[in-house]
Amino acid sequence: MPRAIRPAIVLLLLLTGLTGVVYPLLVTGVATSLFSRAAHGSLMRSRVGTVGSELVGQSFSAPGDFWGRPSAVNYDARSSGASNMGPLNEDLHAAVRARIGALRTADPEATLPVPADLVLASGSGLDPHISPAAARYQARRVARARGRSEAEVLALIEAHTEGRALGILGEPRVNVLRLNRALAGAP
Amino acid sequence: MTADALVLCGLYVGVLVALAIPLGNHCARVLAGEPTLLGKLLGPLERGMLRAAGVDPGAEMSWRDYTACVLWFNLFGLLAVYGLQRLQHLLPLNPQELGPVAPDLAFNTAVSFASNTNWQAYGGETTLSYFTQMVGLTTQNFVSAATGIAVLVALARAFTRRRAETIGNFWADLVRATLYVLLPLSLVLAVALAADGVVQTLAPAAEVELVQPAIGPEGQVAFQQTIPLGPAASQIAIKQLGTNGGGFYNVNSAHPLENPTPVTNFLECLALLLIPAALCLTFGKLVGDRRQGWALLGAMFAIFVPLLGLCVWSEGQLAPQLVELGVDPSAGNLEGKEVRFGAAASALWATATTAASNGSVNAMHDSFNPLGGLVPMWLMQVGEVVFGGVGSGLYGMLVFALLAVFLAGLMVGRTPEYLGKKIEAFEVKMAALVVLLPSAAVLVGTAIAVAGAAGRAGVSNPGVHGFSEVLYGFSSAANNNGSAFAGLGADSLFYNLSLGLCMLIGRYGIIVPVLALAGALARKQTVPPGPGTMPTHSPLFVFLLAAVVVLVGALTFVPALALGPIVEHLQMIGTHP
Repeated sequence: MPRAIRPAIVLLLLLTGLTGVVYPLLVTGVATSLFSRAAHGSLMRSRVGTVGSELVGQSFSAPGDFWGRPSAVNYDARSSGASNMGPLNEDLHAAVRARIGALRTADPEATLPVPADLVLASGSGLDPHISPAAARYQARRVARARGRSEAEVLALIEAHTEGRALGILGEPRVNVLRLNRALAGAP
Repeated sequence: MTADALVLCGLYVGVLVALAIPLGNHCARVLAGEPTLLGKLLGPLERGMLRAAGVDPGAEMSWRDYTACVLWFNLFGLLAVYGLQRLQHLLPLNPQELGPVAPDLAFNTAVSFASNTNWQAYGGETTLSYFTQMVGLTTQNFVSAATGIAVLVALARAFTRRRAETIGNFWADLVRATLYVLLPLSLVLAVALAADGVVQTLAPAAEVELVQPAIGPEGQVAFQQTIPLGPAASQIAIKQLGTNGGGFYNVNSAHPLENPTPVTNFLECLALLLIPAALCLTFGKLVGDRRQGWALLGAMFAIFVPLLGLCVWSEGQLAPQLVELGVDPSAGNLEGKEVRFGAAASALWATATTAASNGSVNAMHDSFNPLGGLVPMWLMQVGEVVFGGVGSGLYGMLVFALLAVFLAGLMVGRTPEYLGKKIEAFEVKMAALVVLLPSAAVLVGTAIAVAGAAGRAGVSNPGVHGFSEVLYGFSSAANNNGSAFAGLGADSLFYNLSLGLCMLIGRYGIIVPVLALAGALARKQTVPPGPGTMPTHSPLFVFLLAAVVVLVGALTFVPALALGPIVEHLQMIGTHP
């Protein structure tokens, strides 16, 4: 038997114990005791129960709700996924045409250019955010459907817009689930 | 390219270099066995583990023994991951009650993680139990990276030794790299990620009540959403730091529970290149001339920065075909990207993850614009030497350094030298093997795949983009990257086996010649630099080295790229002047 076999097996077992058991359990211990909410998926609770994770998008299609990004998995969080379609794929063009059509049908007087994130699918299929421009694009439709003034809805968007971290990291964005819950008057 | 994107890229490079300097020094101390604070703390653990394994850390190995240890250790790791997947339904920590993984997929995944590739033909949340993810995959994330560091240190030693028959002790190098470099960094990063929203729990998936019931593809109505949880932060930290890249979830770091905020995104993106950049400086210190380390790092940046610019610019554009439909182009190409990152940070990640042989993604490369997709593809094809894998990137770059001095030697008719070692026929042969093997695997593999029905069946996009999907897949596997044009349906018998084979060639087909090279270099006498010696820390050498990498990569792959992304780019702009 080659001399390397014993140390190979013993060290694999010991390193498995250290990096595959002790390390993740240590991180789990620290994370669940210090940041319990974040470690368990940043769930949002209300009187009726858990209404979602603030990090995982949900599907909205009523005219009185803000719509999130198109999702290749229809926001089924059991299995994340993207369209993986290239920019010249005819199926992508057809899907975008249909999405623009749906937006125009819901709000025929819209004149603003269609924000890209509202008609192009996200990477995860679970993107919880839209851009502030995508939210503003929908403000009139939402205001009408809810019998509210457009200014009121725009103010709500403004209040729910998260800026860049440190002024440079990431993009300004609005959490769709939070915005819709605020719109419905949830605390 | 906008000013914001420019500032982001500048900040990234600046922070990366600022962190690489102290880390490079730390790595040099612990890998040379010098005393450190961490060493005092974990020293008893290191000695205890080696004693239990019956290893005398002072016992030096010949290159053949060192190679045998690497291969046996990796073989057992591979078998362990295979076994865990096949038996996961009988093992604990499987709250979603997932069944055993199919043999061909289990083989592919085992090779993928042992070889530091972390190609994902599986979807994490639907295929693997918490136990398999922790005990199997997290462990391989550590030890495959530590293997890379060990081989690099052995090569660095070879340059400093004269007429020596040995290149160090693999077991000591392996344990030190894990305990003193990978584990402490991962702990810090994992806790930081968990603080900002990355999940870390052993609890089963959470069920939440949907605000609006969802209609499934077959018309079924769902009132609940399942939020998949698990010990993710601990695995994500090492998957980024160890240039592994295998995500906890199917869509990797695009998943909002794996990468929830722009801050976690920046940290994960920094971790992609941190150790590979630091090891350049470690190498300089180990061979006793820090300038050599800076020269290697400089050559890497010389290739990285222009390609980063190209990718960020490309993704800032929207295809004219989509603009024509009425889409606002100002935010760039957002198909397959997340709003919280935007186009620039997604392009930065794509460039960094393929410069490093990491392969984690925060956006879907398959949906990138043609030139934006060309950048990651080509960065893999040059052999993963621009930063590259932990350890493996730098030993690959050192091979290119040997080729660079060899070419310079040919031009002036002198025997080439690198770091005082004469570079002769054997060394150049080994260097050629290292360059040729993965390139051949990419091109032959792609040719076989597109020639046969089994290979073409996996393609999802029509036209030349479909060819790009296959070329990208083989480039990724044979260079141990692991990212994908994920439209490729890679979980088939053909791709599981062919890509598995490419991963083995790309990893061990390089480690063996590199260690042989180390053995040969250690045996040589060191020659003092004379007036005719080309300095290898000068800007001229940095340029020469970068040019050799670019030329070899271009000569080998431009014909293939011309059939894929280049044609697609022309199609995109050609029909819309």
